[in-house]
Amino acid sequence: MQDNVAIKVSNASKLFKLPHERHTSIKSAVLNFYKRKKTYELQKALKGINLEIKKGEFFGIVGRNGSGKSTLLKLLAEIYSPDTGAIQINGKLTPFIELGVGFNPELTGRENVYLNGALLGFSQKEMEAMYQDIVDFAEIERFMDQKLKNYSSGMQVRLAFSIAIRAQSDILLIDEVLAVGDAAFQRKCFSYFEELKKNKKTVVIVSHDMNAIERFCTRAALISKGNLDFVGSPEQVSKLYKKQNASDIKLSDNTDTIDTGAKITKLSILGSQKNEFTLKEIICLEFNITTEKPIKVAPGINITRDDGQFIVGLTCHAQVKPKITEAGINTVFTISFPARQFIRGTYSVDGVVYDSTDPQPVFYKPSMASFTITEDEQSWGVFNLDCEWKRKD
Amino acid sequence: MQKRYRYAMILLKQLVITDFKLRYQGSVLGYAWSLLRPLLLFVILYLVFVKGLKIGGSIPNFPIYLLLGIVMWNFFSEMTSQSLSSIVSRGDLIRKIRIPRWIIVLSSSISALINLGLNLLVVLVFMLITHVDFMKTGIFFPIILLEIYIFALGVSLFLAAAFVKYRDVEYIWEVITQAFFYLTPIIYPLSVITDQTLQKILLLNPMAQAMQDARSILVTKETITMAEVYGTANARLISLAIVVTFFLVGLVYFKRKAKYFAENI
Repeated sequence: MQDNVAIKVSNASKLFKLPHERHTSIKSAVLNFYKRKKTYELQKALKGINLEIKKGEFFGIVGRNGSGKSTLLKLLAEIYSPDTGAIQINGKLTPFIELGVGFNPELTGRENVYLNGALLGFSQKEMEAMYQDIVDFAEIERFMDQKLKNYSSGMQVRLAFSIAIRAQSDILLIDEVLAVGDAAFQRKCFSYFEELKKNKKTVVIVSHDMNAIERFCTRAALISKGNLDFVGSPEQVSKLYKKQNASDIKLSDNTDTIDTGAKITKLSILGSQKNEFTLKEIICLEFNITTEKPIKVAPGINITRDDGQFIVGLTCHAQVKPKITEAGINTVFTISFPARQFIRGTYSVDGVVYDSTDPQPVFYKPSMASFTITEDEQSWGVFNLDCEWKRKD
Repeated sequence: MQKRYRYAMILLKQLVITDFKLRYQGSVLGYAWSLLRPLLLFVILYLVFVKGLKIGGSIPNFPIYLLLGIVMWNFFSEMTSQSLSSIVSRGDLIRKIRIPRWIIVLSSSISALINLGLNLLVVLVFMLITHVDFMKTGIFFPIILLEIYIFALGVSLFLAAAFVKYRDVEYIWEVITQAFFYLTPIIYPLSVITDQTLQKILLLNPMAQAMQDARSILVTKETITMAEVYGTANARLISLAIVVTFFLVGLVYFKRKAKYFAENI
């Protein structure tokens, strides 16, 4: 392995046997052996991963639940051993992947500090030297002689964190540390990350928090279904991850489709090839609607942001006069609106068709189209206020 | 390599301390139970077997003879049963941290060793009270302790690894321990059994051999040892071979399974 490489994963895969009925008794093991029946399913958690992480990199691993990212982290931490392939580590690795592992609720805070320190490889003496710093950093001085089970979860996390950051390792593996703790704790985490970065430590972090990934990582990887989909800049990975999430929402929502009498055969976005828009552009949607019986067709849309935030729903009732459309006839509707009304992000459009003023739609299909706003105007929230700032001099 | 060793030792120390702190938590007498428990058990057995059933009348210092046997047996059964569940009960550590797995079994074995030390103190006190003559041969006692420790460690490693996958092991081992409590001359002197072939078979159990040897070098020469029954001191080599075999089998099995503990617990 080259000298500047911290972690090298070559063709690593991991299989899990998922028993249908976990045979934790010898009887069932014997019976199953006798019957020669497979009572487990093989789950390929990781399929031939190749990855090289250089020294000093802040590397993010991103993926949806069950994609295999935590399995990969456990392989790196040598908690699991790979079924095929190999993992080479160059440098001292932290043994932790989560905060507060090994905490014992029946021991006092003080005793837990020593126990946890030992897990990090610090002797009693070394822990004594840094004990006060740890307690001060966690801000729980007067609780140290109480049992850990009487601590609030916030206190436990603070204590765990202030021990964990003492680790003298070259390579740190961090799993979802940002998922716990309040805003103040996250700030502490962030400044710790900054310090790690400054000290050129190699860090591998698993997180769902794309902001953190984009902010700290120098490189990132996207994992889905046990495959390494993409390795590249954190921005690209974050974008892909969001896209993946959005498309999965589409799939899962498909069951809600309503289809009684009319149909949007095509809902297309005009004016842009890749459905990407800058703030100055106009977004135009075109509906192709066919009916099975004569009704007064009135289309509508719902717009949802990729994180699930509902933005707006509207119909054409106010602007288009109702008119009966005969069966089998194709009608085209368009709607257009300026892109600057949206915050940067990806949005999906549900197609809806009403029969004139009947509040129940005759047709509904989620996520028929989607568009992306690529710029932002330094605003945040749900929509971009169409406004005008002036200074009166 | 040396770093790994240092890490293991630091961890081992803390795990043993934790074990010890947690053991008698919430009890009023606390650590005193480490001494009280064997003492009270001994009193019961003494009343039942020495005073009640009048076993071992011809053996000098039979109460000490009995006590030593009980202490040694308790060590073995305590160490194996604690080690058996040690890996599973530390599942939280194993799933989340890369620590040498054997450390966990070793830490529960050391907890048992500490208890053995305390119990032997009780034995010593009784020896002083009842004026048992100290024999020069007593200096070999640590070797016997080492033998049963290694034997128990081999069994423990095997059980701890097997228990991860098969939870029946706990109940099976309970029954086996109970059976061997009676198959080992603990509460009865071996002289009760008159058939010499049977004596030979019973002494193949390293615990029986070790116990008889310990009694003969510490308490009274009137103990039937393996060397006597087989007619040669070399017979102990059989015992030694059994101990080494158990240890190696346990170790190899544990090492093979240890890789998969994290996913199987």
